[in-house]
Amino acid sequence: MKKLINSVDDVVRESLAGLAAAHADLVRVEYDPEVVIRADAPVQGKVGIVSGGGSGHEPMHGGFVGVGMLDAACPGDVFTSPTPDQMEVATKAVDGGAGVLHIVKNYTGDVMNFEMAAEMAQAEGVNVEAVVIDDDVAVQDSLWTAGRRGVGATVLAEKICGAAAERGDDLKTVADLCRKVNANARSMGMALTSCTVPAAGKPTFEIGDDEMEIGIGIHGEPGRERMAIKSAHEIVNMMAEAIVTDLPFSSGDNVIAMVNGMGGTPLIELYLVYNELNEFLKDKGITIARKLVGNYITSLDMAGCSITLLKADDELLQLWDAPVHTPALRWGE
Amino acid sequence: MAVSRDNLLAWIEALQQVYSENKEYLTKLDSAIGDADHGINMNRGFTAVKAELEKNPPDNISNALKTVAMTLIKTVGGASGPLYGTFFLRASTAVTGKETLEPADVVALFETGFSGIIQRGKAEVGDKTMVDAWTPAIAAMNEALTNGATIQEILNKGTGAAEEGMKNTIPLQARKGRASYLGERSIGHQDPGATSTYLMLKQVAELWS
Repeated sequence: MKKLINSVDDVVRESLAGLAAAHADLVRVEYDPEVVIRADAPVQGKVGIVSGGGSGHEPMHGGFVGVGMLDAACPGDVFTSPTPDQMEVATKAVDGGAGVLHIVKNYTGDVMNFEMAAEMAQAEGVNVEAVVIDDDVAVQDSLWTAGRRGVGATVLAEKICGAAAERGDDLKTVADLCRKVNANARSMGMALTSCTVPAAGKPTFEIGDDEMEIGIGIHGEPGRERMAIKSAHEIVNMMAEAIVTDLPFSSGDNVIAMVNGMGGTPLIELYLVYNELNEFLKDKGITIARKLVGNYITSLDMAGCSITLLKADDELLQLWDAPVHTPALRWGE
Repeated sequence: MAVSRDNLLAWIEALQQVYSENKEYLTKLDSAIGDADHGINMNRGFTAVKAELEKNPPDNISNALKTVAMTLIKTVGGASGPLYGTFFLRASTAVTGKETLEPADVVALFETGFSGIIQRGKAEVGDKTMVDAWTPAIAAMNEALTNGATIQEILNKGTGAAEEGMKNTIPLQARKGRASYLGERSIGHQDPGATSTYLMLKQVAELWS
């Protein structure tokens, strides 16, 4: 294993210290327990938005804390859910009296820990709503599994709900918007290589030089199929077809599209993927109204990408365009 | 024997050793069908538990179990943190006010803790989770108790059943947790959660004799 680290036990903490030092104008970091909090939290009268999950997916979630997105993020160990005490501290720190929304990715550990945290915070008088994101179309037999995984739609939900909270929407409205984003978004990922968890010291899975995994999860969990590597054109068509037929998206739809890198894929390839996606959607009569291309929900050093599409009406586009000022996402005044 | 506070603490302390020694084994099982962190998480949790019990020694059995629960909830993360945390939290309520535990109390401790796991995780037998080790273990303990067995016999029966349940997870296809995403590819691997449960029971059976 070759990584830019000091000790495997200090990776998360030292990375958080770097985030805090680099973006002191936007966030502050607490360490016992570890929580990334918006610099001016709690904002009185505004719904607080808290998310969290295992580390290793940077910039998600700590990089999305700031004005117009998350009020706090709870980073767990690498690929391990954070714990209820972290979430409780975060929830109380951002409650400005209007309640707190938990945005939870659908993984068994995350869901259970956030459930316990919500019970704890509610016992102390904080109004908490939780929305579980499950947008990964790679999980087909979702009735017989833990359900679809939460992946790229989480980024879009955090941006859109953050904007809604900022304009003064109440907790129920923000939670309903989050459900609307989840209901209208679908994602799929693929990997060319494995990732290496620092504490494990070796790649999570073996994959041949001539192979790829279609439908990969963001922790290196297997997807739909292991197959021989193909051209970007064929790969994007395979992924986009699965996404478009699942919702389904149809001719005339406007979408917010995200082409996301898994952490080990250069931008030159991600833009090439975006070009393929744009052509694919054009052929289907689907218009990309807004887009993100880059590394937003990663899987450590895995090479590969994911595609997320969100069917967007005027309200969602308006919220998408609203100002955001976080370490990883910034636009508007 | 009846189980004292010191016997209980000896078990918990020994679990730190058990999960430290099996850290790589559990992580290897987890990397086959999960996310390669179960051994790391259990070791971190019980190391913190041991430190906490030394720093703030609990005055009775129920409080000791509660300390274990709260520490695991805070330090383990993943799914096993809330599951084992809830186990010890519920178990503490089953032995409130007891200075020592008789056979029926021991079974109540494990059975009540197990009911918390079911409530939190909502898994059923055959889902390829720790429930596949716990369910036959609790049944075997209850049967032994009904037959008038000693604590040692009860725990031996429970451990034997947990071991069988653990091995029975190998041919199963996972329907809960991260392993479920593998579909048929989860078949042929032993469940790490069922394994950590077996190790927990094996240790108590060795100590409370």
